[in-house]
Amino acid sequence: MNLNATLFAQLIVFFILAWFTMKFVWPPIVKALDERAKKIADGLAAADKAKTDLALAEKKVVEEMRRARESATELRSGAEKQGALLIDEARVEAARIIAVAREAAEQEAGAALQKAKEGLRDQVANLAVAGAERILRREINPQVHAELLANLKQEL
Amino acid sequence: MATGHEANAPTAGEYIVHHLTHFNTTHEAQKSIVDWSVLNLDSIFWSVAIGVITLFFLWRAASKATSGVPGRFQAAVEFIVEMVADQAKGIVHSAESRKFVAPLALTVFIWIFLMNAMDLLPVDLLPRIWQAMNGNEHAFLRVVPTADLNITLGMSVGVLLICLYYNIKIKGLGGWVHELFAAPFGDKWFLYPVNFLMQLIEFAAKTISHGMRLFGNMYAGELLFMLIALMGATWGSGGVAGPLLFLGHVVAGSLWAIFHILIITLQAFIFMMLTLVYVGQAHESH
Repeated sequence: MNLNATLFAQLIVFFILAWFTMKFVWPPIVKALDERAKKIADGLAAADKAKTDLALAEKKVVEEMRRARESATELRSGAEKQGALLIDEARVEAARIIAVAREAAEQEAGAALQKAKEGLRDQVANLAVAGAERILRREINPQVHAELLANLKQEL
Repeated sequence: MATGHEANAPTAGEYIVHHLTHFNTTHEAQKSIVDWSVLNLDSIFWSVAIGVITLFFLWRAASKATSGVPGRFQAAVEFIVEMVADQAKGIVHSAESRKFVAPLALTVFIWIFLMNAMDLLPVDLLPRIWQAMNGNEHAFLRVVPTADLNITLGMSVGVLLICLYYNIKIKGLGGWVHELFAAPFGDKWFLYPVNFLMQLIEFAAKTISHGMRLFGNMYAGELLFMLIALMGATWGSGGVAGPLLFLGHVVAGSLWAIFHILIITLQAFIFMMLTLVYVGQAHESH
């Protein structure tokens, strides 16, 4: 419990130790602590940003999906309309073709009928002439009555 | 451990006195209360050795400190550094001063904690080794530097010098001298002597109580460990008293050691906090 020069020795040691800590211990540790604090703060900020980005992206995805669905619907209805149009057109065309064909067939049939009529007329005329010839062979001179016969043929 | 049944065994009083005597430059107990020609070599040795160990570990932590994921050792040091830095920030408001004061507080805290922790070693362990090394079974050695008034007062005087330095640095020499005479009672000429006397008493009281508080706690703790050791020393004496006292040694020693963990930490913390408070006061003008 006695006082002696140890006091001064301790006083000097005290300052040397404090100086050493100030010079070589405190600054690196505090620097590391501050840097880590900054890193953590940056990390948290980045996480926050990522979160908002994700929310934004999700919103965008929903929007895109909606738009895609809309355009698909649009496309389908357009295609259906187009299909209906095509079918209608085809039907009209077919009807036209049928009409044309029918007309042609009717014309052809008409012509054939005419031809047949004419042929028939010829044969009837011939038959009539032949019949008449047989009947009239004896009294009618074909040369004399040729004009008469031609007129008759014309009338048939 | 001293054994009570030896023929030349010391009495309890001798045992205690022997343990409380420093190994100093005179190689005998100091006679006068104050003798500036004497050095307590044991206190200086343990104080410096523990200081060097403290700084070595702190320096290792500092040189390996990264801002990445810290290891356990680094985290432990950082934990203490953060604690001290927070306290310093709350008490000393000058960032410039903190550059010195905060590291000082850190050093003081860990250094004093470890010096106090020497109390937890068995009271006879290091003295016995020392006596065996010297071949002198009466060699003196005290291993708890903070149980030496010179050590604690040396540190509190160091804090006083730092306070004076900051008083002058912050307030200017004139401003500080003015404060010495004008505070705390007021700037009236007839109050100057009273103010100055109060200031002197304040500085003296701060410094002495600062050193004495730590010394008293550690000295008392050391003394109690010695008294507990005396109980165990009765082992082998006749009757039931010996074994019972031995049991008392084990129980009381364990309890006191566990309680002492609190005391050594608390005292180191108090010394650090008061250092910060006193330096902080040096920054405030009345």
